Amino acid sequence: MKIKTKLAVATASLIIGLTSTLGIAAEPLITGKVDCIAPAGPGGGWDFTCRSIGRLLNNFSNGEITVQTLNMPGAGGGVGFAHMITKRRNDSKVLAAASTATTARLAQNQFPGMNSGMVRWVGAIGTDPGIIAVNRESEIDSLATLIKKLKEDPSSVTFAGASAIGGWDHLKILMTAHSAGVSDLKRIKYLSYNNGGTAVTQVVGGHIDVLVGVASSSKGFIESGDLRPLAVLGHSHLSPPLDNIPTSFELGLDVEASNWRGFYMPKEVSEEEYQWWVSNLKAASQTDEWKRTMVQNGLEPFSLFGEEFDQFVNKQVESLANISKEIGIIK
Amino acid sequence: METIGLLMDGFNTALSLENFLYALIGCFVGTLIGALPGLGPANGVAIMIPLAFTLGLPPETALIMLTSVYSGAMYGGRISSILLNIPGDEPAMMTCLDGYPMARQGKAAEALALSALASFIGSLVATIGLIFLAPILARFALSFGAAEYFALFVLAFATLGGVTGKNPVKSVLAAGIGLAIATMGIDLSTGTQRYTFNVLELFEGVDFIVAIVGLFAISELLLFIEANKGAAPRGEIKMNPLRLNFASIRQILPTSLRGGVLGFIAGVLPGAGASLGSFVSYTLEKRIVGSKGFFGEGDPRGIAAPEAGNNGAAAGALVPMLTLGIPGSATTAVLLAMLVSFNITPGPLMFTQNADIVWGVIAALLLGNILLLLLNIPLVGIFVRLLSIPPRYLLPIVTMVAFVGVYAISRSVFDLCFMIAFGVVGYIFRKAEIPLVPIILGMLLGPEMEKNLRHVMQIHDGNWAMLWGSSLSIGLWCIAVAGLIIPVIIGPIMRARIGKQ
Repeated sequence: MKIKTKLAVATASLIIGLTSTLGIAAEPLITGKVDCIAPAGPGGGWDFTCRSIGRLLNNFSNGEITVQTLNMPGAGGGVGFAHMITKRRNDSKVLAAASTATTARLAQNQFPGMNSGMVRWVGAIGTDPGIIAVNRESEIDSLATLIKKLKEDPSSVTFAGASAIGGWDHLKILMTAHSAGVSDLKRIKYLSYNNGGTAVTQVVGGHIDVLVGVASSSKGFIESGDLRPLAVLGHSHLSPPLDNIPTSFELGLDVEASNWRGFYMPKEVSEEEYQWWVSNLKAASQTDEWKRTMVQNGLEPFSLFGEEFDQFVNKQVESLANISKEIGIIK
Repeated sequence: METIGLLMDGFNTALSLENFLYALIGCFVGTLIGALPGLGPANGVAIMIPLAFTLGLPPETALIMLTSVYSGAMYGGRISSILLNIPGDEPAMMTCLDGYPMARQGKAAEALALSALASFIGSLVATIGLIFLAPILARFALSFGAAEYFALFVLAFATLGGVTGKNPVKSVLAAGIGLAIATMGIDLSTGTQRYTFNVLELFEGVDFIVAIVGLFAISELLLFIEANKGAAPRGEIKMNPLRLNFASIRQILPTSLRGGVLGFIAGVLPGAGASLGSFVSYTLEKRIVGSKGFFGEGDPRGIAAPEAGNNGAAAGALVPMLTLGIPGSATTAVLLAMLVSFNITPGPLMFTQNADIVWGVIAALLLGNILLLLLNIPLVGIFVRLLSIPPRYLLPIVTMVAFVGVYAISRSVFDLCFMIAFGVVGYIFRKAEIPLVPIILGMLLGPEMEKNLRHVMQIHDGNWAMLWGSSLSIGLWCIAVAGLIIPVIIGPIMRARIGKQ
């Protein structure tokens, strides 16, 4: 019981003032074994999200909660999503990792018969900003030059990214070109690689002109000088030492494309249980341990929890659906 | 020599009592996981990561344990290949071809011991390569663009005839089936669904672990049921005690060295990996030995080549991971994630910025391999005793393990049904004497081959000539063509010569 009390005190002190009506202090609502579904194989971003939140929650709860990561690959996250809404409908001891890749697929109806309203979105704990970079010897020296080339001939530049056609990396470059006024977006040559690492090597090796990726997987190559960054796709700069890369907004383009890392849970859990997860995830994401993990992995801070996050996700799905229609990926 | 000094520092870390103990545990667990059909090195490492965190191990210790699990799983894959004709994981597939016949001839112990030795040599060769050539090779791997990769995969298929080549038409047919299965799923280059029938589980295509376990393990069970319906079980495999003589060790030594080098090269190229390493080593060895060998019927060199090849590739795969921060396989992706959680930034600066950890991993690799060799030779006796269990008890147990293994990967009942379907198909193919290995090869290499071909077309606006646009790709094409033509020319000459004798 000692540990339990300790946890209760710890949780209570962290969330005091945030959720005074819940009365969590009496007894922790959720203890023991919890599943975190990583809807992909080991080694990817979702797997990382689950494993790091598992470690955080375990330390943070003094061992009261043990998180088991379940890899559930298939359909780009669709199998995990389907599992959540059919088999775990009211299970309060399960979370699933999600990211912009999830919302992009939901927006394009790639999970047949499923939509973002069928689960509850708990929160986002960090983000991996989108980035555009070129080989260090490339003649493309700025985002402006890139846009100019695309305007003259959309097929004159090749792009490498990790996602499939129509996926998040592809959308990033289409959104950028679209907001710069490039027409004939369908002629843009986007080459899909299965993982970000391979896309990076193809640009570093000089086989492909431009990388559309995320900060985390290109960071090392930017620091070593193998890649020259053109822009970060968003409002804020990266953390030092890469804080000198201009943002898309500074360069006059209205493009925000950062890949958040967050979680959803089953729809039919009680409000109390949902709020328990919201406040605990929030508290765990404010620990120094998580801040350190983010720095190590090239993630930038991004926190949005509870209803606010739920609304954010639904809005993102809607706007991604609009963009996808506009640029001709879905009808 | 700065390199040697750094390596010695690495050994200093690796040889402390605690680290040594965890290396031993890692090797043992890894071997066990590798031996289970379905579970491979990536699963092994992923399973052990939470344990490392729960025990609160310091970074070096955790890495040493996980590297040992990785090497252990590469060793373990061969055990079920040899004893049961069921590959423990996909790179161990080629070891079935000669390992199982050896076991049937009562030489299971010899096969296990020799393959352990070959694994050790392959791994040692590759680790030495890793120590001295890593930075140069990493740059070489960067020169592989879409056209070069495509030529490389064509090269792999060109040597296919050498694998199970009693009937080349059947081999080609099997490879074609494998390639066809590989097209299932969402097409990355267009986003179109191909043969998914709107079934969610098929969107990412067919998992080759499901196919391998089905084709090999389930079909084995079906064959057994057919052979023994109601009747008393067939004669047990006889077991001779382990007899290792110097002559047989000397026989596999050059094979293992060559296998290690080839495997290493295959491992260095991201995306090619251990399966290609073991495959190319086997086919090359068969070519070199020629008609003097009896490959496919229990030639010790036929187990040494793929085992040296896949263990060499395992070490080779660490080159892009350690020098570029790019995982070339699922296992190295998991290892990299682990490195990252220890405050190491993946990227080209890893070798310089985190030299101590990198050299610790390399030292752990060497240590793990020595431990594995020492662990595996005495264990041969225990493994072989598996065969003394009558097949009517053993096969159901193996089937059960296969079900659990496949379920553990994806937790999907759909995959289990799919596995059974593959089992039935495998049974029919075995009856029709269609080789199974080319099917898996087609499934493994098909997606990459297709993707790279389409990338070449996309980049160069459909100009086919760009497939041989660089000197590297021309070189690869030449080797591929030679691999196809030479056996056709040399074969009859050799046969004529043998006829005269």
